Amino acid sequence: MSIHTLSVLVENQPGVLARIAGLFSRRGFNIESLAVGPTEHTEISRMTIVVNVEDSPLEQVTKQLNKLVEVIKIVELDHEASVHRELVLVKVAATAETRGQILDVVQLFRANVVDVATDAVTIQVIGNAAKIADVLRILEPYGIRELVQSGMVAIGRGSRSISERSLRPVAVPTPPAVG
Amino acid sequence: MSEQITGAQSLVTSLEAAGVTDIFGIPGGAILPAYDPLMDSTIRHILVRHEQGAGHAAQGYAAATGRVGVCMATSGPGATNLVTPIADAHMDSVPIVAVTGQVGASAIGTDAFQEADIRGITMPITKHNFLVTDPDEIPRRIAEAFHIASTGRPGPVLVDIAKSALQSMTTFAWPPELHLPGYRPVTRPHSKQIREAARLMLESRRPVLYVGGGAVRAAASKELRELAELTGMPVVTTLMARGAFPDSHPQHLGMPGMHGTVAAVAALQKSDLIISLGARFDDRVTGNLDSFAPGAKVIHADIDPAEIGKNRHADVPIVGDVREVLVDLLVALRSDAEQGRTGDYEGWVRFLEGVRDTYPLGYDKPDGSLAPQYVIERLGAIAGPDAIYTSGVGQHQMWAAHYVGYEQPRKWINSGGLGTMGFAVPAAMGAQVGCPGEVVWAIDGDGCFQMTNQELATCAINNIPIKVAVINNESLGMVRQWQTLFYNQRYSNTDLHSKRIPDFVKLADAYGCVGLACDSPDDVDATITKAMEINDVPVVVDFRVHRDAMVWPMVAAGTSNDEIKYARDLAPQFDEDDL
Repeated sequence: MSIHTLSVLVENQPGVLARIAGLFSRRGFNIESLAVGPTEHTEISRMTIVVNVEDSPLEQVTKQLNKLVEVIKIVELDHEASVHRELVLVKVAATAETRGQILDVVQLFRANVVDVATDAVTIQVIGNAAKIADVLRILEPYGIRELVQSGMVAIGRGSRSISERSLRPVAVPTPPAVG
Repeated sequence: MSEQITGAQSLVTSLEAAGVTDIFGIPGGAILPAYDPLMDSTIRHILVRHEQGAGHAAQGYAAATGRVGVCMATSGPGATNLVTPIADAHMDSVPIVAVTGQVGASAIGTDAFQEADIRGITMPITKHNFLVTDPDEIPRRIAEAFHIASTGRPGPVLVDIAKSALQSMTTFAWPPELHLPGYRPVTRPHSKQIREAARLMLESRRPVLYVGGGAVRAAASKELRELAELTGMPVVTTLMARGAFPDSHPQHLGMPGMHGTVAAVAALQKSDLIISLGARFDDRVTGNLDSFAPGAKVIHADIDPAEIGKNRHADVPIVGDVREVLVDLLVALRSDAEQGRTGDYEGWVRFLEGVRDTYPLGYDKPDGSLAPQYVIERLGAIAGPDAIYTSGVGQHQMWAAHYVGYEQPRKWINSGGLGTMGFAVPAAMGAQVGCPGEVVWAIDGDGCFQMTNQELATCAINNIPIKVAVINNESLGMVRQWQTLFYNQRYSNTDLHSKRIPDFVKLADAYGCVGLACDSPDDVDATITKAMEINDVPVVVDFRVHRDAMVWPMVAAGTSNDEIKYARDLAPQFDEDDL
């Protein structure tokens, strides 16, 4: 098994997420992470899907995804040639003694404090999976009271765009002759 | 400014613009607005007795004519009754469009009366589907539905339209072009792949043309025959492809698979090159995949890239329409032939002819009682290769696949992938509506027939004179066969008592059809001839056959094709020294 990151451009239509999630489930694939959002084209959304599979079933799921009418393009992002980011909001217990140490951790990892209460701080961490795992490992002894994590988003390095292909229409075929 | 019309009128005008001439359906609350303008339309609407019948009729219509079949139903139970035919059409790549009514837009999601999320339900079994709540969208969605259903790998498309959209005012404008950026089926094969395929074909010594249903959908019979005759390669046609290549052709070895002929199974199993044309290496063809055709390289041509390499690795993948692939292969191979390069398959062909001669299709003729195979064989001989034959699923389906004798495509219509019992009668109804001048026989089992025979009423009332041959062995015959072979003859729940209840002749009579019965081999020809002479009403013939007849050859489920049995406990012996 290995981790693959797919960038999937889809038409921004209701139900498209259900279609894609359903396809993964029917073909027996677990989605590790999924993020959906708008792109530079209003009619296109982009999904970043992280799956943990062998290469040959991945090819089959990619082909099946490509058959969905609302899927415009699928690109597998090579780990080295792309930037991957996740966002975590984590609420950590903080007493008068520990608060300073926690803030040191925040600084070291270039994270941010986004909310402060008398006995807790809420920290925002952005990074790749390894960085987020490191931060959480270090914060854990202080007491993690609540944690929420986004799906991964990813983009290829360099100047090329995966979405710049034209969205040309097709002519309506005339109905076939009787017989 | 364009004329203001209702969404319902826009729907009917859209269907007319898409070229629809016939619809099978049943009205109900949510779809009711559409039925009012439909009354004034040129489209013929055939009121069926169950929505499943409408769906299978649309399939039969599409399979027989090559045009898109259309069915219509209301929301909730009307729509869910279409689920089986939609799944069937998805498995067998049949172009149909299902139009369903949905509850009003403001009621969606409230568990309203007759509400079912049919778009959600049919997502995994349609090629695509739509929920329309804006009446202005209706023409565009209908145009897209027909385009998607009929192009690329054909399949079912469902358009679910909210009642509020049908009732609201809108204007009609047929879209001059479609905006489907994610839908661009590839039909033209890549020339490099064609050259590589031609090279492998010339190099191989034991090639076989493995022809699937895609060859029928692509109308590729003429080109297939040209390729077969140019190369001299043996041909096998799958259950979905029966008729794509003439059964009478000397290069044709028949159907491969679980109940395939010994020669067709051997042709794949012993091959060194399988040229797959619109077939998908289904488990019913390959048997145990690990031991399937161990010495064969594979050229896999299919319009659906996801089929290539799905079950079996393809050495030469070719994405494209089967007919176009064949055209290009013919050009390449003819040019090779002109330069003196041809394949040498003589030893292989001789070997397979030996297998075919040693292990022909055959069956026991029981004393006095009626062999089901004999009935079907005579039916094929008397009705002939111009008739259309539909079937249900089970023993009678396998016998119909083997013993009718098919010479043309689109004459054999059955439920292959999903295996839907009850397919025959409504599919025959649809085929007859699509081909009114032709003889249509539904070859059905007594179990299947009792699942959908209510459509006899539809046929009798609407002058759709189908003929039904009920192969009545008073059991769920295929299940019973497995119980005989694998469950120590413990016949749990497979005895239907159909020679006693119901009386099929009286049932036919009650439905306004002619009912005939036959239980002796001596009466078979006369009974079929009599049925053939009745052309104004549907005919049902109750052929009361021997119940212990079994389908042979057989490869037991999950085992290797090498384990094929020619008859019970009889394995063929291949003299491989000939190879």
